Amino acid sequence: MTHKTVRIGALTRVEGEGALVVHARDGRIAGLELRIYEPPRFFEAMLRGRDHTEPPDITARICGICPVAYQMSACQAIEAACGAEVTGPLRDLRLLLYYGEWIESHALHVYLLHAPDFLGYDSGVAMAADHRDLVERGLELKKAGNELVTAIGGRPIHPVNVRVGGFYRVPSRRELAPAAERLRRARDHALATVAWVAGFDFPDVEHDYRFLALRHPGEYAILSGAVGAGDGRAEPASFAVADWPDHVTEEQVPHSTALHARLDGETGYLTGPLARYALNSARLSPVAREAAAAAGLGSVCRNPYRAIIVRAVEIVHACDEALRLLDGYAEPERPCVPVEARPGAGHGASEAPRGTLYHRYRLDDGGLVAEADIVPPTAQNQARIEADLRDLLAPRLTLPEDELAALCEKAIRNHDPCISCSAHFLDLRVDHG
Amino acid sequence: MAETVVVGLGSDLRGDDAAGLEVARRLRGTLPPSVAVVESCGDPAALVEAWSGAALAIVVDAVSSGAPPGTVHMPVPMPLRSRSLAGSHGLGPADAVELGRALGRLPGELVVVGIEGGDFTPGAPMTPPVLAAVRRTARGLRERLTRERPGGPRT
Repeated sequence: MTHKTVRIGALTRVEGEGALVVHARDGRIAGLELRIYEPPRFFEAMLRGRDHTEPPDITARICGICPVAYQMSACQAIEAACGAEVTGPLRDLRLLLYYGEWIESHALHVYLLHAPDFLGYDSGVAMAADHRDLVERGLELKKAGNELVTAIGGRPIHPVNVRVGGFYRVPSRRELAPAAERLRRARDHALATVAWVAGFDFPDVEHDYRFLALRHPGEYAILSGAVGAGDGRAEPASFAVADWPDHVTEEQVPHSTALHARLDGETGYLTGPLARYALNSARLSPVAREAAAAAGLGSVCRNPYRAIIVRAVEIVHACDEALRLLDGYAEPERPCVPVEARPGAGHGASEAPRGTLYHRYRLDDGGLVAEADIVPPTAQNQARIEADLRDLLAPRLTLPEDELAALCEKAIRNHDPCISCSAHFLDLRVDHG
Repeated sequence: MAETVVVGLGSDLRGDDAAGLEVARRLRGTLPPSVAVVESCGDPAALVEAWSGAALAIVVDAVSSGAPPGTVHMPVPMPLRSRSLAGSHGLGPADAVELGRALGRLPGELVVVGIEGGDFTPGAPMTPPVLAAVRRTARGLRERLTRERPGGPRT
């Protein structure tokens, strides 16, 4: 009987804290547990008893990187509960805000968190010393997203201008002009980014994923749509966001504060860029579609390492679509639609940079939140990340421990997990029994 | 381009971790136009962006060093031993300093003010000694930044 422990001091470049424990018996993996701490559960309790107008602001603070996603899913869930809907120019403004967040989040992940894995650097900072121009390009891209979020949301993190029903005030065309100017340059940077990351060396790995992503008849879904689920070969199954609880169930697993999600009873589905691309690539903007084709992506990508290319393509799409909306922008007549509280439940989902983010609220007779349910993308992906790691480690258990640890970090980073806004330590323990 | 930038770092919903943000909020609108006030969750790219070209950057953040809660550390020794070091996206202010250095985008002078936190529990309010330290820090910075012409005389 041998016992081997591999410990990673700190898993850098991933949000949150985590520990990975691998139980190996006779050279085979008997168990693998990714332990994560996740704050949304705490927020669900905190939301109870709050006014129906409060969840967008409160849940936006769950994540410093994707607050708009939380705001949009929360707003739409509450509006659904109250029988309201935001359409037309106000919906376009929401899309614009969301594209800004995608650009910010993806640029950060591609340049400072993920690219160093492919170029042999320990960190984005180390990469910056050798590739200053590249990192500056990434920061320039990110800044374009920041400016868009600031112009519409009021500030670059935790936008304060979002409310149930729309916005507190809508920006004028003139106020949006500088953001549009920067986006034009950003789109060129984004196209250069796709070409750059497409040239990386990728491990020859494919997984037979079951994908879950929103689908919208006229858009590469980001803000709303029906939920699509499929393997990227057959036409995906589809269900309404309101039917989410009938299809997606969660179970407590003892090793994590996050719940494991099951889709129609099956564990291990994938949400995020690969899923969106597999189910919706035909709806990318023409420029983004061309960039994807030139990068050799095909219509479905099952190699998790190549998710960096999909993210880069999504930045192109976000810049392109944001520019289209800005070019046609006319100030909405009113900043929001009235949303009167009424008792009942409502569901909302949108595509956070990391994947589908679902919210459900039930309001009581007084218009207060009686129940809140938040299903973040990382919780949905947790079982799938564990499966990726199992496949990765199974034939390599005899490798030196530091090599194993590095491989695991990279495989986890493929999915840009937003584990929490807590400490960021991953301890990897391989227990050989 | 602002000559001086004050950056408040932290998270609003983790108790005393909001100290830096709260100092920034108390300063906003009360300082000369040459001073920019920024709130940040610690994203290094945003930090580098915020202080690029500034003669002086003052970063205020909650810290956890074992000192009594409410203790104000100034300056905090590098690398920054701040709570937000473990913050969003696995990157923090220390990374921002290194990133700024690699890109040649550090401010002329960087001063880090640390406010010792006592309770970082999600959902907890800021504790009274930390609130008092926030008030004290904001008052001190306001006096300094309105008295001095930050970054030297302006023409």
